[in-house]
Amino acid sequence: MSTPALSTHGLSKSFGSLVVASDIALQLPRGARHALIGPNGAGKTTLINLMTGMLRPDAGRILLGDDEITTLGPEARVRRGLVRTFQINTLFPSLTALEAVALAVCERRGVARTWLKPISAYRDAIDEAHDVLVSLMLARHCYRPTRELAYGQQRLLEIALALATRPKVLLLDEPAAGVPRDESAELFAAVTNLSQDITVLFIEHDMDFVFRFASRIIVMVGGRVLVEGNPDEIAADPRVREIYLGRRRHG
Amino acid sequence: MFWRGYWFGAETMRHSRAAMRGTGETVGGPHDYLQAQIRWRNIEIAFWLATLAPFILTPNYLVLASQIAITALFALSLDLILGYAGIVSLGHAAFFGFGAYTAGLIAKYGWGEPLSGLLAAGLAAGLLGYLMSFIIARVRHLALIMITLGFGLLLLEAANSASWLTGGADGLQGVRMWPLFGLFTFDLWGTTSYWYSLVVLFLLFIVSRRLIHSPFGLSLRGIRDNIIRMRAIGAESLAHLQQVYTISAAMAGVAGGLLTQTTETVSLGVLDFQRSADVLVMLILGGAGRLYGGLIGAIIFMVARDQFSGINPQYWYFPIGILLVTVVLFLPNGILGGLAQIAASERWQRWIRPRVPRRSLLP
Repeated sequence: MSTPALSTHGLSKSFGSLVVASDIALQLPRGARHALIGPNGAGKTTLINLMTGMLRPDAGRILLGDDEITTLGPEARVRRGLVRTFQINTLFPSLTALEAVALAVCERRGVARTWLKPISAYRDAIDEAHDVLVSLMLARHCYRPTRELAYGQQRLLEIALALATRPKVLLLDEPAAGVPRDESAELFAAVTNLSQDITVLFIEHDMDFVFRFASRIIVMVGGRVLVEGNPDEIAADPRVREIYLGRRRHG
Repeated sequence: MFWRGYWFGAETMRHSRAAMRGTGETVGGPHDYLQAQIRWRNIEIAFWLATLAPFILTPNYLVLASQIAITALFALSLDLILGYAGIVSLGHAAFFGFGAYTAGLIAKYGWGEPLSGLLAAGLAAGLLGYLMSFIIARVRHLALIMITLGFGLLLLEAANSASWLTGGADGLQGVRMWPLFGLFTFDLWGTTSYWYSLVVLFLLFIVSRRLIHSPFGLSLRGIRDNIIRMRAIGAESLAHLQQVYTISAAMAGVAGGLLTQTTETVSLGVLDFQRSADVLVMLILGGAGRLYGGLIGAIIFMVARDQFSGINPQYWYFPIGILLVTVVLFLPNGILGGLAQIAASERWQRWIRPRVPRRSLLP
């Protein structure tokens, strides 16, 4: 078996006596479509924060391919291809969608420190940014400031910014969070259409989508991985059924 | 598409027009759109032509006009860090003063050539800014304000105590400037001073304008808007902050050097906390993050000070205080921000919209 695109080993983190991640060992094979589910407060977003370096783990290791990245800062991890999106829109309100994506492209290309030439001189970078926006059906609105975009468009821009960094591993934190159920189709289409070269781990509460799209599902409860398996195994697991259908019990 | 309902519901007339332009009526594509952002607007050209007016209209006020140009340059330097990168500083006079003393000392000890002196002032202040930037780039919010404030006070007291070098409270005496290009002496009427200051201001304005429209400028706006997202797209925010702080410090140093050269003296006032506070007030009055905000703010502030202190030299800050409170309450984006809102109405669009090169009438 080839090296997983991303793996964690014994990852642990607590805030005082509150354990938010306990001995988490995960492996994402290349091109994987893994879903991370669990009740609120299970530690799903914390796990993404640990993986992307926004939080430092108390113990454990994180490997991107063969490289240990446990001590790297968030920026360095992004440059190596480990990229995330946010559950709550974390965008650039005053930048137009085109500017925001061009910014991400310029940062990746290493031209973001240059100021002798105007942005319009970097035609390749602008074309690339525009292509990303076209692929997410945002091209029509790309000259408007982010804060004026409809909420659903802002959710798509979350993904656009991540794609502009050319991720190898993409961690999507509830891509459709806050989007009404009957309007979330565009977002799920965007996630479904992601290149197979990108390894994807996503948090999502829409179980229809999770079971349709994920090849494997990881269930977290109380900072631990309760069970991991393919959709059929998870659907049949009595503990998972209890969490989602019955009373919640301590994990 | 899923947002269609939302889209038309939330739409205002102004946005529809912007969107229509976006879909290719006036603007062809992303390249044209970004190029249009950079084009000089009619109103900008009008502004710079107006800066020549004092030569004809108010030749008795050229000394004041040159002080305004110098202060405007200082405010512009603050706009780069505050308006674009979101670095609040209450100690920017440190760099202004450092440049002023550098230019003064060079002239006092035998080298009175203005242009090289000005370059030295900018380099010295830029170097100081670079050293400071290692701290500045790592702190935010209140800590940032306190550290810049503390650093400003530190430098003021250092200059005060090193009176063997700086002249202390008596000021630096014996600064003698050579004529500009060996031709133009710094006259009492301020003619040379004004055009010298104005040209330097204009050149550094063009540099700033280029900077904010570059990929680097885009990154700065990204930092101002959301530094957390900057980390998540792998941006080198720390390096950006250090770079812009260094550039801003160098520009402030040039402004200080100009003041020294045009007045042929340096007082401790160049490092005063008051100066840091005043320049912040000017920028907020005019509107931060707009390049012209500091310029407009400097004009209003300096003219108001000149006029009001003529009426009552003791209480001239009173009307400034009223103006500041009023502007912050009613025009949160400053005077220029308020004007921009009014100007968004169609009537004024032809002045505000970027200049499109005129097409030839022949096919």
